Amino acid sequence: MRAYYITEMPYPYYPPEVAQQLHSQRVILPNHYCDPKLASELYNRYLDEYEYADELGLDLMLNEHHQTVTCIDSVMPLTAAAIARRTSRAKLLLLGNPIANRDNPVRVAEEMAFLDCVTQGRLICGFVRGVATEYHPANTNPALTRERFEEAHDLIMHAWTTHEPFNWEGKFWHFRYVNPWPRPYQQPYPPIWITGSTPSSVRWIADHQYVYACFLQPYEEQERLHQVYRERCHERGLLEPGPDKFGFLALVYVGDTDEQAREEGRALMWYLQAVQHPGFVNPPGYNSPETSARMYRGESRRGAGKSWEELNEVGIAIWGNPDTVIKKITYLHERCQVGHLMMMMQAGFMPTEHTRKSLKLFAEEVYPAIRELGEPLDAPQEAAPSR
Amino acid sequence: MATPVSGQEERRTVDGVTLQVLQGGQGSPLLVLHDCEVMTEWQPYHAALATHFTVLAPSHPGFGGSQRLETIDSIDDLAYLYLDFIASLGLQSVDILGLGMGGWIAAEMAVRCSHSLRHLVLAGAVGIKISGRTEVDIVETFILNRGQLLEVGWHDAALGAEHMKLPGTPGLPDAELLTLIRNREAAARFTWKPFMHNPVLRRWLHRITVPTLVLWGESDRIVRPDYGRAFQRAIPGAQFQLIPAAGHYPYLEQPAAFVASVTAFLRE
Repeated sequence: MRAYYITEMPYPYYPPEVAQQLHSQRVILPNHYCDPKLASELYNRYLDEYEYADELGLDLMLNEHHQTVTCIDSVMPLTAAAIARRTSRAKLLLLGNPIANRDNPVRVAEEMAFLDCVTQGRLICGFVRGVATEYHPANTNPALTRERFEEAHDLIMHAWTTHEPFNWEGKFWHFRYVNPWPRPYQQPYPPIWITGSTPSSVRWIADHQYVYACFLQPYEEQERLHQVYRERCHERGLLEPGPDKFGFLALVYVGDTDEQAREEGRALMWYLQAVQHPGFVNPPGYNSPETSARMYRGESRRGAGKSWEELNEVGIAIWGNPDTVIKKITYLHERCQVGHLMMMMQAGFMPTEHTRKSLKLFAEEVYPAIRELGEPLDAPQEAAPSR
Repeated sequence: MATPVSGQEERRTVDGVTLQVLQGGQGSPLLVLHDCEVMTEWQPYHAALATHFTVLAPSHPGFGGSQRLETIDSIDDLAYLYLDFIASLGLQSVDILGLGMGGWIAAEMAVRCSHSLRHLVLAGAVGIKISGRTEVDIVETFILNRGQLLEVGWHDAALGAEHMKLPGTPGLPDAELLTLIRNREAAARFTWKPFMHNPVLRRWLHRITVPTLVLWGESDRIVRPDYGRAFQRAIPGAQFQLIPAAGHYPYLEQPAAFVASVTAFLRE
């Protein structure tokens, strides 16, 4: 079991009454409410916390969102570059590059190759379709997101596996010469992770033998989606996937006592309490018609409305004293075959002392007991089968 | 209005796409191209127009009962598709009534191939850019909830609540909700970026050589009447008329006045 620390780099100091009135903390919340000096302090604090997690022996996960107070890490490869030269051990899991929304996939291939070379192969490259709320800021067509994702993916992978200039004339991107320098440090390319929450996307991930990263889903849903991955592998005559193919992202807090974790860890629920603007969470064509219909009927999204205790119960949150957390992670591993745990250990107003205490307890008391779960670490990367 | 004429639903395959076509009436053919937000069903304004014309009202690919095709995903595609649709009916030329997004398609057809048309009527049409880079010409309706859409789209929102089916309409059957959601997805495919317009269309509107009427709801707050006047100025000889007490859907809100204007113009 490998553990990855992540913060989304929130900017919690906005006027909540304005967000309530606008029904949104993103896209339309005016940025005059953002104090760049405060943003500077926050960025440096969050970067310090990443470096601290590296010193403690954890791997690091980064992501990006746009035009939102929930995440001011809007330029993930730059954040990774800032961390890359200040660390020498941790894997940098970039999960992920929103390639359906990026203007130029070749540029993404270049950014990832740069990071992989600078870190001497510590990069794990994630590709994501991007959550629904990214489609207004990026202004890419939400009805074409799957097509754009797949073409961007194909172009990047072609750039990493074709070691000479080639021509690309697709639907969305057109180049006469694709020939990025350098190639990735890890050959033929870094490990690839992909997120998804529907059977169709999980089947696609299985077809490519990438790591499937599941975010904030209850145990049952993880099991169901992992089963989709397994069945697809059987159908296609691919190897039975081990825990190295399954990652899970949870809200994690380790306290000295269960009671302390219950109280201090609650701050992590900040993300789940965000106001959801119905127009931005359900852009046309992004969700399936059936999912969209459920949203129009006002059925709640995952995690929303659940208490900190309920989140712990269903598996979306993992908190407690070190022994409790060891038991919870062992249970997660045994039940869902998870081999990579992404841990959101900072959110909203959680003070840096709490994040650091929780990180330290995890690294010193939890990690040694769960490291050996599952397959040997650093299993060699298999090349994706050609389709 | 004269006695309304009922319509029937047919399927026609053009360019490999099977389209649902609502059809009724008799007389010279009138092709009606619908807007984004509306349910594609036979409405009183169709019935009234059908007392004078043979109304042909296809649902765009991906809308209503029309097939969705990956290879049809731009307004250009729709313009060529409907030009082929006209040809497939064996018609030399037709009158076209384009509503909102349908007006954009009609204008794209007319700049390509005016000789396929006799008259062009654009009502609340989108498709051009008239003001500065930071100015919004067309309100983004995709993010609006039902109440907000009725507020900007209708002169009388209460009347709209009665006459317009939208996601959120009380008692809407599941099947109709799913149709509206698919319509919304199809609309996004065609209009998302650049939003609801073609940056170069305006400079080619001078190619339209058929008599053109630009009709606008006086209270349209999705696309203001000034936008309609800009459309009119860019099309040689075009006329402009306002429909009082109507918003972006004058054919739903004031069907009698709307049909009277369209009929008078087409019979000139």
